[in-house]
Amino acid sequence: MAGTRSAEKPGFWIAFLVVVAVLAVVPLWFPNSFWQRLLTEVLILGLLAMSSDLLIGYVGMVSFGHALFFGTGCYGAAYALTWTESPFALWLALLLGLAGAAVMGIFVAFYSTRLRDIYFSITTLVFAQIFWVIVFTWTDVTGGENGLVFSPPRLSFLGLFAAEFTTMSMHWFVLAVVALCYVFCRRVTQSPFGKVLQAIRENEPRTRAIGYNVERHKMGMVMLSALVAGLSGALYGIFNAYAAPDYFFFLQSGETVIYNVLGGIGTLAGPVLGAGVFVLLKELFSTYWSPEYYLIPVGLLFTIMVIYMPQGLLGFLRHKLNE
Amino acid sequence: MNELFQDLVVQMLIGISTGLILALVASGLTLIFGIMDVVNFAHGELFMLGAYMGWVFFTMTGSFWLGLAAAALCVFVFGLIMQRSALRSLIGSDPLTTILATFGISLVLQTAAIWIWGPTVRRVGAAFTGHVAVFHLQFPVYRFLVAMLSLAIIGGLWLFMHRGRFGLWIRATTQDRQMALAMGIPVPLVHTVVFGIGAAMAATSGYLYAPILGVDPTMGVNNILRAFIIVVVGGMGNLWGSVLAAVFIGMLEALAVIWVSPALAVIFSFAALIVTLLVRPTGLFVAVPR
Repeated sequence: MAGTRSAEKPGFWIAFLVVVAVLAVVPLWFPNSFWQRLLTEVLILGLLAMSSDLLIGYVGMVSFGHALFFGTGCYGAAYALTWTESPFALWLALLLGLAGAAVMGIFVAFYSTRLRDIYFSITTLVFAQIFWVIVFTWTDVTGGENGLVFSPPRLSFLGLFAAEFTTMSMHWFVLAVVALCYVFCRRVTQSPFGKVLQAIRENEPRTRAIGYNVERHKMGMVMLSALVAGLSGALYGIFNAYAAPDYFFFLQSGETVIYNVLGGIGTLAGPVLGAGVFVLLKELFSTYWSPEYYLIPVGLLFTIMVIYMPQGLLGFLRHKLNE
Repeated sequence: MNELFQDLVVQMLIGISTGLILALVASGLTLIFGIMDVVNFAHGELFMLGAYMGWVFFTMTGSFWLGLAAAALCVFVFGLIMQRSALRSLIGSDPLTTILATFGISLVLQTAAIWIWGPTVRRVGAAFTGHVAVFHLQFPVYRFLVAMLSLAIIGGLWLFMHRGRFGLWIRATTQDRQMALAMGIPVPLVHTVVFGIGAAMAATSGYLYAPILGVDPTMGVNNILRAFIIVVVGGMGNLWGSVLAAVFIGMLEALAVIWVSPALAVIFSFAALIVTLLVRPTGLFVAVPR
């Protein structure tokens, strides 16, 4: 398949670098660390949304259980950090988070090949919820309702350099990981592997008839999605120095789907934007109305967007720009 | 008669009655899916809404039966409005779109319930408070009554679908939407009414469950998961399959409670779901594929 590897247009790289530079520099002018941390949080949740978009947008499988990978990644990181204080703690935490998500990913990937649309949604939802129950009740290991609290690791590179995380260095670290993941995921979706998956989304029997192994492709993408979600969970754990059973809860999975719809399914960058819009709306309604009821207006907006603007914000903007 | 045997019998009775209450939710869910390919993620919230509507009228009038009628009627109307305003335009589109839309509605309804009624658990008195002795335990008569009532409602639905013109319309639309439309059946009306019926059944179930569990905003989320498992185990779109699966899942969880904590009993339902999906993905209680 030589020669099919699509080269990015130079415009893409310019836009990408500009966005990353803006995201890196802008928080410096934020009045306080609250807004800086909020932006970091958006990036992490955006990464989670991006992982879910790999399935929704590129294979057509809506996972209502992404909290499972997110939560496992978070608890994996938490375990590493409660055990060790070594200079490699940060990387161990990320690695263990990824490993945890991989185990869950294998299980879900196995089932994903047998389940079509709604069955996949329901099963992922049920599976995540079961683990929420386990995490909630198995207090000895998981800390139960209180979750796990640990001290954040130091920022280190191969033992050459180590420093305490500051709000800004944490932001830059997260930004670097998210940007790398974005480039990687984009590459994957544009690779022959990704093209086959999109073919499966459009017409599964025909893709099978051409001779592609549909099962193996689906399993591969579920695994990748689980790993990216696990990575975002591990980052979130490190960022908050805290792992809570709520990360496994249905609402976390649901919000992930909302980010996708708000931002635009099948765009990878859209879900990150969606996460930003969601978090901003949540903050707005929490400040000016009530922190408990923000889901009423946001849920309404979400439902209206599903019905009338299914291409999401980014898709909508793109459409407007093309006119 | 040893202790374990007695426990088994009592838990089985509890399981059957719980299962039959859940069968009401599940059969509504499966009916809606069967006729318009809509997986209603907001079904649990209709269940919760029914319990609240019933509770409102119960505390106002003091009558259990008036509460039941009000719950069914209010949520029936609510279902009609919901179908007309949000779901009608989505029928025929990707099933995933309807999942997302109903999921959004469920979030709004659940949060709205917290907003309006607060997070505290509300109590509804049972119509019958008597008990019968089953071995060493006092078993509430109410559970028997509710099981019978649920069965009667589902039987009534079956009769409604198999006797009379409207039932014929429903079955025809389920079989082939285009053909039904061509034969002059008012398909959009049938869709709306069926959604209303499904909503009313969920509401009835929620209200009947209220004296046992209490009424709170999260009761929908907590039970919809089980309803989904039941519907998949029973076979999507299959009415009697759902009823059987509901009793099966109800008994499974009730029996599991003898050995593990109630919170963990859900895992047994999940195991049932996994086995079903492995062995017969179209549902355990479906006749051999047509």
